[in-house]
Formats: sequence, C-alpha cells, structure tokens
Amino acid sequence: MSSVAVFSKASPFDALQRWLPKLVLAPSMLIVLVGFYGYIFWTFLLSFTNSSFMPSYQWVGLQQYARLMANDRWWVASKNLAVFGGMFIVISLVIGVFLAILLDQRIRKEGFIRTIYLYPMALSMIVTGTAWKWLLNPGLGLDKMLRDWGWEGFRFDWLLDQDRVVYCLVIAAVWQASGFVMAMFLAGLRGVDQSIIRAAQVDGASLPTIYLRIVLPSLRPVFFSAFMILAHIAIKSFDLVSAMTAGGPGYSSDLPAMFMYSFTFSRGQMGIGSASAIMMLGAILAILVPYLYSELRNKRHD
Amino acid sequence: MNSFNRLAVVISLATLFPMTAYAAAPADSKGTVEVVHWWTSGGEAKAVDVLKKLIEKDGYTWQDSAVAGGGGAAAMTVLKTRAVSGNPPSAAQIKGPDLQEWGALGLLTNLDEVSKANNWDTLLSKTVSDTMKYDGHYVAVPVNIHRVNWLWINPEVFKKAGIDKAPTTLDELFAAGDKLKAAGFIPLAHGGQPWQDSTVFEDLVLSVMGPEGYKKAFVDLDEKTLTGPQMAEVFSKLKKLQGYMDPDGTGQDWNLEAAKVINGKAGMQIMGDWAKSEWAAAGKKAGTDFECVPFPGTKGSFTYNIDSLAMFKLSAKNNTPGNIAAQNDVAKVALEPEFQYVFNQNKGSIPVRSDLDMSKFDSCAQASAKDFAEAGTSHAQLPSMAHNMATSLAVQGAIFDTVSNFMSDKSADPATAGKKLYSAIKSAQ
Repeated sequence: MSSVAVFSKASPFDALQRWLPKLVLAPSMLIVLVGFYGYIFWTFLLSFTNSSFMPSYQWVGLQQYARLMANDRWWVASKNLAVFGGMFIVISLVIGVFLAILLDQRIRKEGFIRTIYLYPMALSMIVTGTAWKWLLNPGLGLDKMLRDWGWEGFRFDWLLDQDRVVYCLVIAAVWQASGFVMAMFLAGLRGVDQSIIRAAQVDGASLPTIYLRIVLPSLRPVFFSAFMILAHIAIKSFDLVSAMTAGGPGYSSDLPAMFMYSFTFSRGQMGIGSASAIMMLGAILAILVPYLYSELRNKRHD
Repeated sequence: MNSFNRLAVVISLATLFPMTAYAAAPADSKGTVEVVHWWTSGGEAKAVDVLKKLIEKDGYTWQDSAVAGGGGAAAMTVLKTRAVSGNPPSAAQIKGPDLQEWGALGLLTNLDEVSKANNWDTLLSKTVSDTMKYDGHYVAVPVNIHRVNWLWINPEVFKKAGIDKAPTTLDELFAAGDKLKAAGFIPLAHGGQPWQDSTVFEDLVLSVMGPEGYKKAFVDLDEKTLTGPQMAEVFSKLKKLQGYMDPDGTGQDWNLEAAKVINGKAGMQIMGDWAKSEWAAAGKKAGTDFECVPFPGTKGSFTYNIDSLAMFKLSAKNNTPGNIAAQNDVAKVALEPEFQYVFNQNKGSIPVRSDLDMSKFDSCAQASAKDFAEAGTSHAQLPSMAHNMATSLAVQGAIFDTVSNFMSDKSADPATAGKKLYSAIKSAQ
C-alpha cells in the first residue's frame, strides 16, 4: 500500500491540492464579483436611464443627476450627513480616547468597566435607535422624568425640532460607538512600550504631557482605523435613522441612504435613486482612495 | 452599501422561491396559486386564511407568500425582482394606479372569462371596476373598499369636555378642539408620519374645495388649483389644526395614537376606517363606545382606498391549465359573499359588491356603504391621494414631502406652500 502512495504522489492529489484553495474561494469570489461589483455597475448604468418603477434602459444622460441636484430633500440629506458624520466621528473619538486613557491607569475592576462601555456595540442600530427614540420623546423619556421630579420648566424636545433632530441622531450614535473606539485605543495603549513612558517620567514630564506628546502621536494607525470605521458607519447609517426618526419631522433628519431607499424602492423613481447611490459611492471613494494610497505607499517604503 | 446588500439578498431569496413553491404542492392538487400579499396583522391574517380555506375546498393548493413590512414596500420589492427575473407569482396585492403601470409592462393577465361568467360589471360599481381594468380588461379582483375621510370620536371624552355634538364643519372642529384642550385632553390624536399628515391634508382639501376641487388638485394636478388662494386656505387651516394635535405624536404609529382616543386621553382622530379594528380589538362597540362621522365639511363625499389582487401572466414553466384554473378560482372566490363578509368585517372596510346584506356589519360600515352609494350618484367618489389611489408613487411622494415639511417648519408660510407643492409635483413627474 505504501508503495502505491509513493508512486501516485505526483498526480491527482497534487493537482487537487493546487486547485482546492481556488475552488473553495471561487463561490465567494463569484458572489463578491456579481453581488457587489456587478450591482454597483448596474446601479451606475441605471443612474443614466429614465428607470421609474422598474429598470428601463432608455438613456437620458445626466438628467437624473440634474434632478437630484435640484431636489431640496437631497440637499437636506447631504447637509445632515456632513453634520451627523462630522460630529459623530469627532465626539466618538474624543470620548473613546478619553475613556481609554482613564482605563489605562491600571484601575481595579477594569475588565468589568470595559465590558460596560463596550456593551452598546453589541446592540444593533435598530435597538439603539428605538431605545433612544423613547428616551428622547418628550412625552415618555428623560423630559417627562425630569418634569415628574419637579423640574417643571424642563423642556428637551430636540427630537421634534426640525433644526435640532440631527443632534439626537449624533447622541444615539455616539453612545453606541464610543465604547468601541475606547476598546481600539485601549489595545493600542497597551502596545506602547512602558519604558518610553518611564523615560519621560524620569525627564519630569507630567502625565497629560506624556499622553498628548508621546503616546497618542504614536497611535496614528489606530486613529486612522478608527476614523475609517466611524466614517463608513456614518455614511451607511440607515437603520439608526429609520428606527429613530424615519427621517422626520418632515424630512429634516433624512440621510442619503434613507433618501436612496425611499426613492428607489417605495417611490418608483429608480433613476434618481441610483444617481444618489452613485453619489454616496463617490463620497466613500473620496475618503477611501487617499487612505489606501497613503497606506500602500508607506508599505512600499518600509 | 447597505442597499446593495439588501437588494442582493432579496434577489437571491427570490430565485429560491420556485424551488420551494412547487415542491410543496401535493400530488392530488388540481393546480397551485401563489399569492404575494402583506395582510399580516391579526385580523388581516385571519381574513386571508378564509380565502385560503375556500381555495383549498375547491381542490387547489394555496401557496402563501406573505411579505411583511414597510406598508407593502417590502412586498413590492420582492414582486419587482421576481417579475424582472421572469418568475412572477400568480396573484399579488397591488392597487390603484400601480395596476396601470404593471399592466403597461405587459405582465398582467386578463380576467375576461371569470368576470363575464360572474357578472362583475353588474356586481361592481363603476368607480371600482374602472380601477380594476387596464385597457378595458379586468386585470385584478377588488376585495374591499376603505373610506378614508372619517373622524373618530370618543363620546365620553366629549361629554367630559362639555361638547354636545360631533363637529360637522371645520369651525365646529376647531371649537371642539378648544374645549377639549381647556378640559385637559389631547384634542386630536395624530402620529406625525408623512402618510398620516397627508391623510389630514387631503381631508382638508376636500373640506375646503369640495369634490370638484379635490379632483382638480389630486387627479388632474391642475396648476391653478394647486397654487390658488383656496390652497393657501387649506394650508393655513392645516397649521391651525396642527395646534390641536398630540404634541408627542412625532413619528408615532397610527394605532398607538388610536389607543389614546380609546383610553380617553384624546378626543378625536382623523383616520380611515381601518381604525375600527383597533376599537374592536379593545372590545368597544360602534355607536355607543365610539362614534364615526365624516370628516367635517366632507359629508356626502367618499375618499376611497380599494385593495385588490392583481393576476399575473404565469411564466412558461407554471403555465399549466391547472394553475390557470387555480388563479381564476381566486378571482372568483374573492368576490363571493362568504369571503367578502369575513374579510371586510375583519378589515373594517365595506364589501365591493353592493348586493350584500349590510345588517351583518356595524353602524359605521353601514353608514359607509350608504354614503358610498350616494356619493356614486353625485360624482363624489374620490380616489385617496394619501393612499396611492390618485397619483403615481413619485407624485404622491412629492406631495408627502411638501406637506410634512410644511407641518414641521414652524415658520412655513401658507401663502407660498401651494407654489412649493406644485413645483415638487412637476419635478417628480
């Protein structure tokens, strides 16, 4: 038996071994190619057609983009994304870093506290959105509680105020994501060489100075990763808005993803919906490409 | 990117349907009919079950494809992907102007045989039958008629606030609102979702402009009507009415708001007759525990919302005589009294055929059926804009946006709102 194995070593098994990884990867590769890039391309095509409630292939050039640009709701959605995305990323980063530094002080019960801060990330955005919808509803949540406690004049109705409702989204999203940012930075902080910190202490640097001038600058890659993750959470945020405000009051808390969904699927304006999807893709690429470029270039220099 | 993934998931799920659908059919079945619908809430599911039992009694197999969510938006997405991939179901819940769009794509079959054999032309009123026809042929079977312009009242709350009769004009409505407010009640339960805002809006248009003006505004989309002084009056009345609405109602579902009226926290709600199912579920009786009156100023008019089942041309693979017979059987049974009674009692609507005994229904449905017949002779049966019976979805969406935005904007000007409305409709067309 053993001699047979030796002789047949070169043929079928070897070929199988060479092909097996490719075979195993092929289905997922196909799914990615068709289900992702294929449909991106299809959407791109549709954005130049007059597709209404079913796809059609009558070419209308840039007309759908022109209509999109003339649509007031699209601009509200885009402006909301800028405000929401900007505030969400900055506040999550600041709170996350601050919590990570506090936890880094080798305190007692660290594991327990870490879990508490990280826990919101375990919830889906739908749950977060629904919970905060109740908390911020003036008739049910925080507002009512404080008034019931005797603080009669208290009024916190941002959820119903079309100029401030976007800040409610920021509050909920920050609550969910800052614990995650904390975990990322905590891992980074633990990777910093303790001898550097000790050397700085010997030189008489205070703790804030050590963190601000030595530790945090060395965590540049962590900042980048956190920024990337938060940015794409912000751009694709659909579930949070849909659960919390459904774009309301009016369409004042609409985000581009909500806009895309309602125009493409519930309003039968597939052309304009596709155009908005391509605009969103453009926004993501605008962030992603420079990032990938800098990452890849750095690798080559190493 | 979420959306792409969703679409991909829906399409891949849709391609799985044919395998599961026909594998399940028992060998002795004469044919299979697959129905895509979103009648999934308690009473609705019960009503659909009756249809299923009747079909099975005739020896056919019922393949249920209920798709819940988004007020039918999710079901429409499934339907579109299946139609695009050449594998449509036998029947699907599609209504109003959408029937024309599907018909124009050549996807619907015609029901001439069934309709002739069962005298649909005499059974159905002209308004209903016209809605069900594409190019002169029946393509769908209607199942019910909802009335949208209702005002629901809790008489006990009215008594406590010292109001002796239900309002019949807008001024009486505002007066009742003031009294309710003074007595510490929420005058008007209202959830600030776009379709609810627009339901109130269309009632006000009907009340201020009458049936003629309503038709010009929402069916003809006439510029003069939409931008004229009467429209400014509608918007200023809307602003005024908003002052009586539940301050905590933003984004609230209509049934949670209905509960406030049922529990005696609020006095009134403006809602279609499906609201009755909430009252019935709470064990309340029409006429004694709650009152239904036409929205003030719209007596004699009837804004309708008709649900229907559209019948698709079967794909080559399923196009067997048995399956076609099953499809025709659904069309026949849906109009038969047995189904019409149960379905409409559960839905709160009225039957589509006028020859049924209305004494089996409550007083609200009886009033509704009587008003429908009367409105038919006075040309005041009107398609509901807020429920997608009057315009295309795109135009409806543009109206929703304008109305909801007007309501949430504290400094909005009623005088210019009509112009905004018109330009939004133009850009959506």
